[in-house]
Amino acid sequence: MKDNNIIIELKNVSKHYGQTYAVEDFNLQVKKGEFVTFLGPSGCGKTTTLRMIAGFEVPTCGQILLNGRDISSLPPYERPVNTVFQRYALFPHLDVYDNIAFGLKLKRVEDENGKTRRLTRREITEKVRSALKIVDLEEYEDRDISTLSGGQQQRIAIARAIVNEPEILLLDEPLGALDLKMRKDMQLELKEMHKKLGITFIYVTHDQEEALTLSDTVVVMKDGMIQQIGTPEGIYNEPANAFVADFIGESNIYSGTAMGGLKVRFLGHVFDALDEFEKNEKVDVVVRPEDIKIVPAGEGQVSGRLVSKIFKGIHYEYLMMVGRSEVVIQDTKSLDIDREAGIIIEPDGIHIMAKELTANIYDDAYIDKNNNVVISERPFPCDVTQLVPGSTLDGEGYVIGPDGTVYDFTDADVKASIGLGDIEILDDVDAGEAQGSVVASIYKGDHYMLTVRTAEDEDFVLDTEYTYDEDDRVGIHVKPESIALTLKGEAKKYAKK
Amino acid sequence: MLKSNLRFQRKFLAIPYAVFMLLFVVAPMVLIIGYAVTNGSGVPSTENLKLFFSDRNNVDTLTVSLLIGLGNTALCLLIGYPTAMLLAKKELGFTMATVLLFIMPMWINFVLRTAATRDLIYWMGLRGGEHPYAATMVGMVYNYLPFTILPLYTTMIKMDKSLVEASYDLGARPAQTFVRTVIPMTMPGIVSAAMMVFMPTMSSYVISDVMGERKISLIGNSIQLYFDQGLWHMGSLVALIMLVIILVGSFFTRNVETEDDARGGLW
Repeated sequence: MKDNNIIIELKNVSKHYGQTYAVEDFNLQVKKGEFVTFLGPSGCGKTTTLRMIAGFEVPTCGQILLNGRDISSLPPYERPVNTVFQRYALFPHLDVYDNIAFGLKLKRVEDENGKTRRLTRREITEKVRSALKIVDLEEYEDRDISTLSGGQQQRIAIARAIVNEPEILLLDEPLGALDLKMRKDMQLELKEMHKKLGITFIYVTHDQEEALTLSDTVVVMKDGMIQQIGTPEGIYNEPANAFVADFIGESNIYSGTAMGGLKVRFLGHVFDALDEFEKNEKVDVVVRPEDIKIVPAGEGQVSGRLVSKIFKGIHYEYLMMVGRSEVVIQDTKSLDIDREAGIIIEPDGIHIMAKELTANIYDDAYIDKNNNVVISERPFPCDVTQLVPGSTLDGEGYVIGPDGTVYDFTDADVKASIGLGDIEILDDVDAGEAQGSVVASIYKGDHYMLTVRTAEDEDFVLDTEYTYDEDDRVGIHVKPESIALTLKGEAKKYAKK
Repeated sequence: MLKSNLRFQRKFLAIPYAVFMLLFVVAPMVLIIGYAVTNGSGVPSTENLKLFFSDRNNVDTLTVSLLIGLGNTALCLLIGYPTAMLLAKKELGFTMATVLLFIMPMWINFVLRTAATRDLIYWMGLRGGEHPYAATMVGMVYNYLPFTILPLYTTMIKMDKSLVEASYDLGARPAQTFVRTVIPMTMPGIVSAAMMVFMPTMSSYVISDVMGERKISLIGNSIQLYFDQGLWHMGSLVALIMLVIILVGSFFTRNVETEDDARGGLW
């Protein structure tokens, strides 16, 4: 679909430095006149992406389309974009006027007869003066760069970029070096400037508040990958995953279980929510501190103990312990602490998101008499010596501790954890420790994530590069050393007298 | 109140330096100027000046010295600048050890090194006696190149790379960026490199004597000759002329900030 309103489009853009991925599979469309912010912690690839748009870095793969034309390999001096650098990068050997006029002096324009010519002195002076007017530094034409304050240098850097009338203005953490008060003022001014000039702004910052204040669209990044693209409201109210929720504003994040039919269980209570997930699916639950209401003990959905209170200016921030979980609550009322209280969370305050699976966890596994771990009624050979640090196995299968204690772990309850990459899938159904059929296969870019379900309804989730169809019967094999075991209860319970 | 006057103050630390300056810089300078503007009986006169400029040979020596000084400075900068640029490029992975390779010749005795250079170019077919100017230039450039590379290298590694990017970003092609951004940014290095080469070249008569087999006379030769013959007033005048040339040179470069500009006054 061709959209004439799209000024720049990044298609599957990746940047690798040797083995490390700075940016991976970046896809974005920016509309003409939009204010887009790349937001993320340092090292998330936001600056690298900006530098690829500016032309300082060439993408390893993918395309950057400006008005539909591929500019991926165009040098920076041929791109109609200008950058405001993090440390301003003003030329110290030139005064304010010459810094701003730098780009104009190099520029060629077409006159009425179609001939190219340089700008005249008068045209340059006029443009420089109007740029200085926009940044509110009209009297500073002849000043030396070194005599300007940080905020003034910042304005000159902006003037130097916008005077060239770029199609896109790139800003790389431009307010990072300013103090809080000045930053707030400049934010408002930038927003004003964006409205007045009508240029597309692409802004890079790690400051979530700045991103929410300024942008039409926020692109949240982490580890070179886009986590979420959306409006500031959308990203705040409906974070796509726990990372976004945690990065944008303050959040309480809990592991929960979907109970089916718009219900979710966390903090030991079943709450009504607005998102529906499959029953028993493991989910992350995000609750903003301002969405929690404190009520007298016994009247809430959950009760706990208020343990601390911090005055934050417009509200108080309370910390409540519900069992062993912390709940951060913002409330304008001043309440006594060190007492029981209840909390109420309305359904629209509960944001549920699918949990990113990193390992298979089996809570109800146990050790059999042959030192195998039994998962889903199937014995898997494993290394039981990890249950006691520094222990060895004797000839009869007993675990000998470093102090000489003999342990018998037969029938011991354990939690077993197996990484997604540690499960091998076998075409020979009977060759592995367990058998099952493929119930789901999700393509993850360079591999598939398969879910294999056994006859006992236990799931093994694994990564594989091969394709399988649903209902394929397969065998499963796990190397003994890849199974991590955690004993439930103390080891001395299993010591032999 | 006496007590507080005797208290140790930081500026007392400058006393040894000030004494040294007085004894070994100011005093000789006063002596040179004094000798230069007086005649044999100690009476102020312009006699020396007239005598020096009325001799055709002296004027030739001065011209040749200036030309060799300028030529050597230009050649050293032409070779040294790109070399320093390559060394300062981080991507190329040169280390301080590589930089040292360019500095190391300076550790060999100067006279020995110059003699060896003469023999080397003789062996390569350039005879100093037949081509005294060419041979002298080879010796000069070889000797002074390290002095240009070092200050240039220092300014280049300190240069803010984002300024080069800013220049590209504003539409300057690589050649335009070099002229409009890189050269002005490295000007302090260029100036100190030029100063390190120009003046010593004019006065170093050993190189021209050895390389050009005494076929060229530089201003340094004149000074030595006058002093050897006990003509203190004439020798001092020539030294003073060199001093004036330095002053004129530094007058033109006074606006360029050099490395040690930030240093404060003595007191």
